[in-house]
Amino acid sequence: MIDDTLVNLSRLQFALTALYHFLFVPLTLGLAFVLAIMESVYVMTGKIIYKDMTRFWGKLFAINFAMGVATGITLEFQFGTNWSYYAHYVGDIFGVPLAIEGLMAFFLESTLVGLFFFGWDRLTRIQHLAVTWLVALGSNLSALWILIANGWMQYPVGTHFNFETMRMELSSLSDIFFNPVAQVKFVHTVASGYVTGTIFVLAISAYYLLKGRDLAFAKRSFAVAAGFGLASILSVIVLGDESGYSIGTVQKVKLAAIEGMWETEPAPASFTVFGIPDNEMQMTHYALKIPYVLGLIATRSIDEPVIGLKDLIAQHEEKIKTGIKAYGLLQKLKAGDKSERTIDAFNTVKNNLGYGLLLKRYTPNVVDATTEQIHQAAKSSIPKSFPIFWAFRIMVGAGMLMLLLFILAFYYNAKRNVENKKWLLKFAICSLPLPWIAAECGWIVAEYGRQPWAIAEILPTFLGVSSISSSQVLLSLGSLIALYTALLVVELYLMFKYARLGPSTLETGRYYFERGSK
Amino acid sequence: MIFDYETLKFIWLLLIGALFIGFAVMGGVDLGACALMPFIGKTDDERRIVLNCIGPTWEGNQVWLVTAAGAIFAAWPLVYATAFSTLYVALLLVLIPLILRPPGLDFRSKLPSARWRTFWDCCISITGFLPAFLFGVVFGNLFIGIPFYYDKNMVSHPSGDLFSLLTPFTLLFGVCSLSILLLQASLFLQHKTDGVINERIRKTVRSFGLLFLVSFIVAWIWTLTRIEGYQLFSISDVNESVIPYSKQVIQGLSYWSNNYERYPLGYLAPILCVGFVIIAFILSIVRWSRTAFVSNSLAIACLIIAALFTLYPFILPSVSFPNHSLTIWDATSSKLTLTWMLWATLILLPIVLGYTGWVIRVMRGKVTAIPETGSY
Repeated sequence: MIDDTLVNLSRLQFALTALYHFLFVPLTLGLAFVLAIMESVYVMTGKIIYKDMTRFWGKLFAINFAMGVATGITLEFQFGTNWSYYAHYVGDIFGVPLAIEGLMAFFLESTLVGLFFFGWDRLTRIQHLAVTWLVALGSNLSALWILIANGWMQYPVGTHFNFETMRMELSSLSDIFFNPVAQVKFVHTVASGYVTGTIFVLAISAYYLLKGRDLAFAKRSFAVAAGFGLASILSVIVLGDESGYSIGTVQKVKLAAIEGMWETEPAPASFTVFGIPDNEMQMTHYALKIPYVLGLIATRSIDEPVIGLKDLIAQHEEKIKTGIKAYGLLQKLKAGDKSERTIDAFNTVKNNLGYGLLLKRYTPNVVDATTEQIHQAAKSSIPKSFPIFWAFRIMVGAGMLMLLLFILAFYYNAKRNVENKKWLLKFAICSLPLPWIAAECGWIVAEYGRQPWAIAEILPTFLGVSSISSSQVLLSLGSLIALYTALLVVELYLMFKYARLGPSTLETGRYYFERGSK
Repeated sequence: MIFDYETLKFIWLLLIGALFIGFAVMGGVDLGACALMPFIGKTDDERRIVLNCIGPTWEGNQVWLVTAAGAIFAAWPLVYATAFSTLYVALLLVLIPLILRPPGLDFRSKLPSARWRTFWDCCISITGFLPAFLFGVVFGNLFIGIPFYYDKNMVSHPSGDLFSLLTPFTLLFGVCSLSILLLQASLFLQHKTDGVINERIRKTVRSFGLLFLVSFIVAWIWTLTRIEGYQLFSISDVNESVIPYSKQVIQGLSYWSNNYERYPLGYLAPILCVGFVIIAFILSIVRWSRTAFVSNSLAIACLIIAALFTLYPFILPSVSFPNHSLTIWDATSSKLTLTWMLWATLILLPIVLGYTGWVIRVMRGKVTAIPETGSY
């Protein structure tokens, strides 16, 4: 039988370590480009202040980078330690982007990041600039391959089931690379990383401006962040993830769950601004709706309907029934009946094998499932709507606030009047947590919204776990939480300390604390 | 260039071996230097010099481990699934130092407080010692076999706990890997430093060199003569997909020496390993530090080759159900995955080696007390 404690602890550990990792990654992605832009200006104009900017923001980048690297290893290891059946079942495909990520991207950014810090006196200006750009390129390529792996979990193309080896195997690498869900996710994720990096610079620069110190340094940093940030937030919103929700069944389920939409509405569907989705009752309480908006955003057309959760559950029930047949035929194949008839029959239904596996939670033999169990499995084939509904709205709300901030920052920066707009500077400082809130909520929408699947329509999450004891997971979870909390405290302390000290930490003798008062 | 499935399976053993050699040679320097840092460096300045020796390259070096793990995931998914979950607590003990080390190196010199720095120096040292030792312990367990079996759905079931992994035999492997990585780090530091640190380091080279030679020779003879080895008795066509439990494996004393009897050329690996360490040792004394480092790197390569050659074709023997042991023939990915991954590696790895070499060249020369821009 399925050990629910083990499954829940393993999921909790993965979720916590992934959310934690994702505190650092977006800042690395964004800040790397901010550094590259600042250093490009330095090389083009020869103004030393831009070199100081690159070096100071680079110091903060370093504190963050090490944490991103360290916490990424945990995630990689976990596929083997905690999700061992998952690793076996899809490693033939899923391992490929991870390995290529290491070879193509992670090596590049990590090898050259050392030169970024240590190479100032040993490289020519152009060489050092190239190093900085390559670090930025490497971190973005890294995101590309990780999101190709993640996109495949959401929409598993280019693969087939091999009953001899009892696992999914690769059919086409190009299908996996050009997976539309992965491409959309990549653009959305890196652009939100750029937003994180720019808000970070914007908010800290605003703090210096508000304090009236290091004005030249802060104004220039503010300008770079405002320009790059506005472009980034626009691409996050315009090229938002929504376009990915029309592809593949699980993405459609996610869309309906985001909207707490239980019934299929005639096109174009309305958008629910407020509501309390309830999976038990299959309805959304206190729903406040705006007509047409969702249909327009989600399908980009006025005549395509958005399918509601109840209809999706009904569809899944049919798929589960086919999945039972597939499971039965697979048992026959494994028992040694490899006649052409059995193989052909299996091939026609094997795409629904995953739905049959959903029944494992209720009956280990699958084929003897009762109507009630099939009904239960279908009901559990969608995620809980409530957390996704709200995570999505918080993410969008934060995004809108950041858009407003960047428009204002860009406008007043263009008018060269930023340092006098105290309210804008305060707004910028208060906005510092927004990109992280949005990114973490976005992760919840994408990954919690994928449930009950680890690999959409192929492998239920509860089957993916290792056959280890809950106490082992409890041990690792406990030690990771303790270690991660301690590290976060230290890293935040250092970040705040260095941000407060500002460019004086470069010890060039040109900045605020080094000259007494201004 | 299209290989058949059997050839691909063999090539992937070589490639994963190469990635591990890459990690031991490059990442081993960092693990060893971190471990030794508080002992070699008595004052804060001296410790910073040691850290600045590895400062520009440790980030890149540890990617060898990340990539080796990724390559095992892609090429040997069953090994990834089985080894990592069976050795759960041991992996956790490797993981925690790996998490703590990057922030440790990065945070240590960010505050002037002596207590702060001493605290991180302890952390950094432990995060160097522990993985360097545990990698050897895990490797030693491969020769005894690891407790796991598969059910008919290919779910792997582990049994046994952390302490069953720690036997005198496997601890000896731990000493072996720890001493050669400390030796590797010492030779690197000898090359990168001068003055008082250089003097101290040259003494450690001597002790680690001797420790390695003794522990390696004992471990090797022990493995070949006193351990129940594994032998592949029968297996279906290895040019096709093979299910692990469909083969037959037999166990017996001194079976680990079978490969050497069949291919006596294999004796070269352990002999050359000893030889290169002795050469490194002598070169260190005459202060040819760069060549000594290269010689020890070759010794590390020979050490890993010797281990893989002894195990061949096994990757992960199962002590509970020998027939379920994983070999390079039945633990692999599909032919298509192996082919694509081979292409990716052949194109990308030379590029990696290219820019890694460039970084090392840019950062060449002794690290002295005068701080450069950007140092720790």
